Amino acid sequence: MPGAGNNAGLLPTTESVLLMRQRLGKPEKLIYHDGVEILVAEIPLTEIVSPRLSMEGAGAILLDAAGAVFSDAVQARIWAVAAAMAALDGVAETVPGMNNLMIVFDPLALAPVKAEKQLLEAWLTVVPDAVAGRDVDIPVVYGGETGEDLVSLANHAGLSVEEVVRRHSDAVYSVAAVGAMPGFVYLSGLDPQLAMPRRAVPRMKVEIGSVIIGGAQAGIMPCTAPSGWHIIGRTEVPLFDPLRDPPAACRPGDRIRFRVVEVKA
Amino acid sequence: MIEILSTGAVNSVQDLGRTGYLDAGVGRSGAMDLPALEVANLLAGNDRHAAGIEIALFPFRLRFERDTVFAFAGADCPARIGDREVPGWWAMNAVAGDVLTLGLPRSGARAVLAFQGGIDVPLVLGSRATDLKSAFGGLEGRGLNRGDRLSLVDGPRKRLKMEAGFGADPTGLRGPAIGKDDPVVMRVLPSAEYDTFTAEAIDHFTQAEWSITNDANRMGYRLSGPDLQLTRKLELFSHGIMPGTVQVPPNGQPIIQLAEANTCGGYPKIANVIEADLWKLAQAPVGARLRFEMTDRDTAVAALAKERAFMTDLAAAASLMRGWM
Repeated sequence: MPGAGNNAGLLPTTESVLLMRQRLGKPEKLIYHDGVEILVAEIPLTEIVSPRLSMEGAGAILLDAAGAVFSDAVQARIWAVAAAMAALDGVAETVPGMNNLMIVFDPLALAPVKAEKQLLEAWLTVVPDAVAGRDVDIPVVYGGETGEDLVSLANHAGLSVEEVVRRHSDAVYSVAAVGAMPGFVYLSGLDPQLAMPRRAVPRMKVEIGSVIIGGAQAGIMPCTAPSGWHIIGRTEVPLFDPLRDPPAACRPGDRIRFRVVEVKA
Repeated sequence: MIEILSTGAVNSVQDLGRTGYLDAGVGRSGAMDLPALEVANLLAGNDRHAAGIEIALFPFRLRFERDTVFAFAGADCPARIGDREVPGWWAMNAVAGDVLTLGLPRSGARAVLAFQGGIDVPLVLGSRATDLKSAFGGLEGRGLNRGDRLSLVDGPRKRLKMEAGFGADPTGLRGPAIGKDDPVVMRVLPSAEYDTFTAEAIDHFTQAEWSITNDANRMGYRLSGPDLQLTRKLELFSHGIMPGTVQVPPNGQPIIQLAEANTCGGYPKIANVIEADLWKLAQAPVGARLRFEMTDRDTAVAALAKERAFMTDLAAAASLMRGWM
């Protein structure tokens, strides 16, 4: 079908870019877009200026603003856009991902073309710090039987167990997104030294409350399920309860701190 | 009350699903064949959101412990109440002691039953749908077992004037019945990574016949067919996915996400089955052959509008036909 898939890559207008420059208040430089001289803020274009839009059916649009690496600045904008879009008539759901956002709407109540336009407009005009996350404290028993990979992770990092616990519990993590399974938090902010590739063979059963590390990401198991991540501790904090509203303990934009209850040998 | 006499554990209480909790990782769930459940509810005189039973494992039998009205839609399967046959897409009176039996489908894969008032299980996050994957909603978060007893939401108890009951013609909703030897054709819209697949992969995707493997459940169906490859390796960040999203993992064989899809995924997406065609997957059994046909968004929206108009007309017609007494 001609043109199929050519729904992505909408470029912002010059006015929007200028508006954004004012908001960002960063140094500017000249670039040429289709022969037109425009001013843009001096930040990586892949990060802020050109989100890619695509369809997930008639009633869902995915805005993807991911560059090569995860960006906290982009994520803050994602949360703010999610909040702005959630307030629109016809929008049923906003689903922040990692440097991307899916909106779900009734295409009979909100025309998809209009939804796209509003999404791009929100992207260029929102004020990211409008989203005030909460601080969530997660008490953790590190190591021992319920943190069986703590020693191997320390060995991999070339650090003592105490140092791993210190670095893991000193950091402030940001809940970038919640999803995949109910209540699962995608956290950014892990000390890069603590990164460790996932297990070649996933465990068939990782217990609820397990405090885990997979690649460069930190996480917590909201339910007992298979996982290839390394288990360094256990928390008793329930992350998901369908009988509670909201059901997930953490929301995108929240800040998480792991508090040391005990370090077991 | 109704009592379940024979069932399989994948048969479950379902409604039109949960909305508003995708950002907590909670998927839509709900009936796989949403329009069939909506029709059954309208025939039974219910709100469209009332909970019914989705049946994917047959034979299924239940006993009514009180007089009520029920409606049956979805898969074309032989249905009997006592010694009377129940046509498809039909509402009928049941009296206490009646046994309703659904046999193996002649075509289609999932039947739905609606009951006057709807099944009374607790609302969990705004819905009575069973989320089998996450084990909440419906009846104790699980599928139905023999001996389970389900209450119906209490309300004015009415009976249909016509003892033979009445029905709807689903042709306006789903077109002519799909022949047993014909592949199921689903319309799709391109999704984010469509352009990153090779020209050969796109040809295969739209020209080849795909079959539904054994790895098929309410979460999604794995398909088998020609190898679909990307022009370059992609490392995608986790992002939202929908029922109908067609992902292609590195083995080149597509997965279609369905009612209990995870809320986020990371595999490249080649296309999305349009919302108005998702019921076709609900009715396609393991081994069925599928074809994908590219369409555009206007067509997808028009198809939904047509479905909505059908439901509005049906609601009006059904209220005339019921002639409550």
